[in-house]
Amino acid sequence: MNASARSSVEGVPAATGANAASGVLGVAGGAACAAAGGTGAAAGSVGATGGAAGATGEAAARAESLLRYLLRLGDTSLVLGQRLGEWVGHAPALEEDLGLANLALDLVGQARLLLTYAGEVEGKGRDEDALAFFRDAPQFLNLTLAEHPNGDFAHTIVRQVLLDAWQLELYEALSKSADTRLAAIAAKAVKESRYHFRFSSGWLVRLGDGTEESHGRAQGAVNNLWRFTDELFAPDEVDEQMAAVGVAPRLAELQPLWSARIDEVFREATLQRPASVRYPWHGKRGVHTEYLGHMLTEMQHLQRTYPGAQW
Amino acid sequence: MTNDWPLFEVFIRSRSGLEHKHVGSVHAADARMAIEHARDVYTRRQEGVSIWVVPSSDITASDPAEADSLFEPARDKVYRHPTFYAIPDEVKNL
Repeated sequence: MNASARSSVEGVPAATGANAASGVLGVAGGAACAAAGGTGAAAGSVGATGGAAGATGEAAARAESLLRYLLRLGDTSLVLGQRLGEWVGHAPALEEDLGLANLALDLVGQARLLLTYAGEVEGKGRDEDALAFFRDAPQFLNLTLAEHPNGDFAHTIVRQVLLDAWQLELYEALSKSADTRLAAIAAKAVKESRYHFRFSSGWLVRLGDGTEESHGRAQGAVNNLWRFTDELFAPDEVDEQMAAVGVAPRLAELQPLWSARIDEVFREATLQRPASVRYPWHGKRGVHTEYLGHMLTEMQHLQRTYPGAQW
Repeated sequence: MTNDWPLFEVFIRSRSGLEHKHVGSVHAADARMAIEHARDVYTRRQEGVSIWVVPSSDITASDPAEADSLFEPARDKVYRHPTFYAIPDEVKNL
């Protein structure tokens, strides 16, 4: 897939030098992304002086950022949905089985809309399926937390609470995005996120404020997963560029809202919030833990073996 | 684990203006979870706009052994059906 990812980058219309180097889905996403950000800023100043070429470069850089931004959102939903789907047949009760599958289907539905849009922005004829099943782990831009294995039920629930609260605040803000298509997707998704958060936070309170055993497991999961939350609100060039043009909210504005939600649930669940941990997780730049590759192997197996198979 | 959770009876209102109807039951640790389970199990295909859950243990049922004394007496009182009245042609929608 590296080859096709590179070829897709070369085709970015009117790309400036640095822009062409920014692997849309390339392995070197982190460094390339920084380069693209620099280009965007440079193009902006050229545009201000009225340079037509600068304006074109700026538009291309913005399309590139939008593509990456959409892939981050779509991939996070897709990967988290796939993880939840792994519970089917294994959840502690039939009702939970259905409940988790419902969350999973909502998330996959969001991923379909976001990846379809991403494919159109990219303009290389890739649809949702091509993006979901024919990219490798380094080309996925999901948050690292989403790919973390299910672990025990407490781990699944804590991961869900942290990401549900994040999606809830993010979609709420994105429903007012200057990008009307993204705003429409977010307006639909935020209703789902509200239910997801209700479901997962209810469970966290039940576990945290439950027995000694369930409390211990819930606190253990919080302690284990907290280090991945740093990535949720650490803005990079893509986030900043999207915020500058009104497509996305500033992450710094979302964080206190998310934090307040989490604090409230933790208080009710009698759980301790760990101290902030700075750790350079780069899922949204394509640098993943080893878990994602294993997950994708299973998720993509059928389409890789029988490309285009339908049933 | 399911066996440790109490049973709740689920009632769904399919549309505004209609009554809630019994659709089945779910196991849940508490009423809030019962609502969520009922939503996930019984409204996946847009079956409802409102859900009631009631702990099954709070329902008092009639005793089947008493069916004769409870229901038998009504059997010979067919005049309680409103079928003995001639309905004027002018009355529609009855």
